[in-house]
Amino acid sequence: MPMDARHYGRPRKRARAAAGIALAIGATLLTGCSSEEGPPTLTWYINPDDGGQATIAQICTDQADGAYTIETSLLPSDAGAQREQLARRLAAGDDTMDIMSLDPPFVPELAEPGYLAPVPEDVAERTTQNVVEGALTGATWKDKVVAVPFWANTQILWYRKSVAEAAGLDMSQPVTWQQLIDAAAGQGKFLGVQGARAESMTVWVNALVESAGGAIVENPDAPADEIRLGLESEAGTQAAEIVSAIGKEGLGGPGLPTQTENTSMIQFQGDQGSFMVNYPFVWPATNAAVEAGTLPAGLIEDIGWTLYPQVNAGEDTAPPLGGINLGVGADSKHQDLSYQAIECIVSPENQSLYFTTNGNPPANTDAYNAPGISDTFPMAETIRESLELSKPRPQTPYYNEVSTGIQQTWTPPSAVDPATTPATSSEFILAVLKGEKLL
Amino acid sequence: MSTSVEAKRGAAPAPKPAKPRLSDRARAERRLGLWLAGPAFIIMLAVTAYPILLALWDSLFKYRLTAPDDRAFIGLGNYGVILTDSVFWRDLGVTLLITVITVAVELVLGFALALVMNSALKAVRGWLRTAILVPYGIITVVSAFAWFYAFDINSGYINHWFDWVPGISPDLNWFADGPTALFVIIASEIWKTTPFISLLLLAGLAQVPGELTEAAEVDGATWWQRMGRVILPNMKAAIMVAVLFRALDAFRIFDNVYIMTNGAYGTEVLSLLAYRTSISRLEIGMGSAISVLLFLCVIIICFIAIKLFKVDLTGARGGN
Repeated sequence: MPMDARHYGRPRKRARAAAGIALAIGATLLTGCSSEEGPPTLTWYINPDDGGQATIAQICTDQADGAYTIETSLLPSDAGAQREQLARRLAAGDDTMDIMSLDPPFVPELAEPGYLAPVPEDVAERTTQNVVEGALTGATWKDKVVAVPFWANTQILWYRKSVAEAAGLDMSQPVTWQQLIDAAAGQGKFLGVQGARAESMTVWVNALVESAGGAIVENPDAPADEIRLGLESEAGTQAAEIVSAIGKEGLGGPGLPTQTENTSMIQFQGDQGSFMVNYPFVWPATNAAVEAGTLPAGLIEDIGWTLYPQVNAGEDTAPPLGGINLGVGADSKHQDLSYQAIECIVSPENQSLYFTTNGNPPANTDAYNAPGISDTFPMAETIRESLELSKPRPQTPYYNEVSTGIQQTWTPPSAVDPATTPATSSEFILAVLKGEKLL
Repeated sequence: MSTSVEAKRGAAPAPKPAKPRLSDRARAERRLGLWLAGPAFIIMLAVTAYPILLALWDSLFKYRLTAPDDRAFIGLGNYGVILTDSVFWRDLGVTLLITVITVAVELVLGFALALVMNSALKAVRGWLRTAILVPYGIITVVSAFAWFYAFDINSGYINHWFDWVPGISPDLNWFADGPTALFVIIASEIWKTTPFISLLLLAGLAQVPGELTEAAEVDGATWWQRMGRVILPNMKAAIMVAVLFRALDAFRIFDNVYIMTNGAYGTEVLSLLAYRTSISRLEIGMGSAISVLLFLCVIIICFIAIKLFKVDLTGARGGN
């Protein structure tokens, strides 16, 4: 309906009144913000856990005695999504990035463009004493410590004692992948590996290549178009042989192409379970399920653990390394305080506390000696030993490309061909790095 | 046809040939229209035109978010890489496949549901519409997770409930293979959005004048004849709008694929490729180029629908 011009008068008056009110509210809000006083608040971007980081934040806030307050802010649960959010915020110059929980493979990508505030030398020295070597490598970029190791994760070999016994394996001695493949095939059981097209696939391939004495990326700190890959090698072929054998013979079970850490644990807990490479979270999770009555009580007794399997008998294994390092954003307004807070967070006491309450193993070897650790985690010694042997994933700013390239060419495991896969995956990743191909 | 019928019945006479000189009333109406649409139009420009133009600009650069110093102008280089890469064409194929199948199935199902809603008894009509609309009211991510867990080899129940169907067994891993994974994605998409299409069709169905169908019935037309000669031709505008809206929607599918397979094993769609390139790889230049191509595809679909099939989006407005 056409509106008469006279009708416009009143709404305009009302609109002016509304604008006035909005202005008044806005002004109050603004003054409210600017008059903030008291100790500076440090924001700690944490990956989801069982509440351990929030507890440590509280402990350190109390210990700071008014010097600072640590507030936690939750990142997405997926490691890749955490990286995306952190990278975007850092690139945009967000000055609230005081403390960040960083997955080690993504440290170089953030360190290279200078998004991480330099670690003061004294802090670096104090916080890297007695830290396992793998965790330290993961916090280093171009020979400089750029983040502080907090906790370190590693995979160990979990096994069902009944299956190992039936196969006649002496689990007190190192075992090889071939032995596990034979044992599982002989008894019609499933091996617990992670064959999904996800980060866990890169973790597996990297551990196999490193165990065979190779490296996925030979010169990790080179620019994108100069990177050399080490997949087309004896080590790469051996890795492909193992992945392919497990995939083609159906030893990973029908769920293998979508199997992640969690789903392989569920399979391991079932009747078909035999051997599984996985992180320590398996232990508290299985115990909780037994206590809740969803799994048989005898299961716990049947579970054993040892070091990650070897590729070649007699050669040291190179278990996967994970964990979290703490970094400070280059645009943070409270860098000194943040490093003070980090020193508190990574103290051996807090690391032990985090291990016993959340199941995340300390990066500092001292923390393993704390009382109560071996009660909660009888395999703590194996974990520490595994961490000493562990090798990080390629420390390159282009880790995402390398990892996704491996995921796309090494899955499903049944399609891996030792004769061609290492070469195709190398060519593919190099073409992507040169910007000639889509990922 | 429907518009002409309405025009005849409409109360206001249409000022059709008065193009050069507008009446005062028409001018006032036009001014009011500008006032009403103007602010929204400016906001639209700010939130859509600006990002679109920025994406166009960014797509001409080799630009990685974590290497801001290496930003370099490369012209149409990104487009060259994308258009010569099999990944892009495979993803385009998957996207088109999903679009064609979902729209076709939804059109048939949606029409059947619209007929049911239209001819249901007054007493149950409200309930029926609510029941049919429930899936559409569920957040896509939530429904994607529900479908994912139902079909998942570890936690799903579908394999156990339907193990009597040939090809389905407890060992069937739906998400390990392209065709089976796409089946679940498409089924979930159909379940979720059929209500939308049926609602649009119901509106079209309500526009068909009752006297026309009654007259046809009196003349001895069978049900099929009434449907094919009277109802469908009168609903053409509504059907085309429904198809266009759903096709555009389906072409931009993201949530279901992202949750269920994350594009693994040949299920990747174009919007996921754009997401992975610009958000996961932080390759702003290349990702923008893919987004621009996706945008062009959407425009082409619109163009085909509007020009070739002559969809009149303003046809619903009576008396013009």
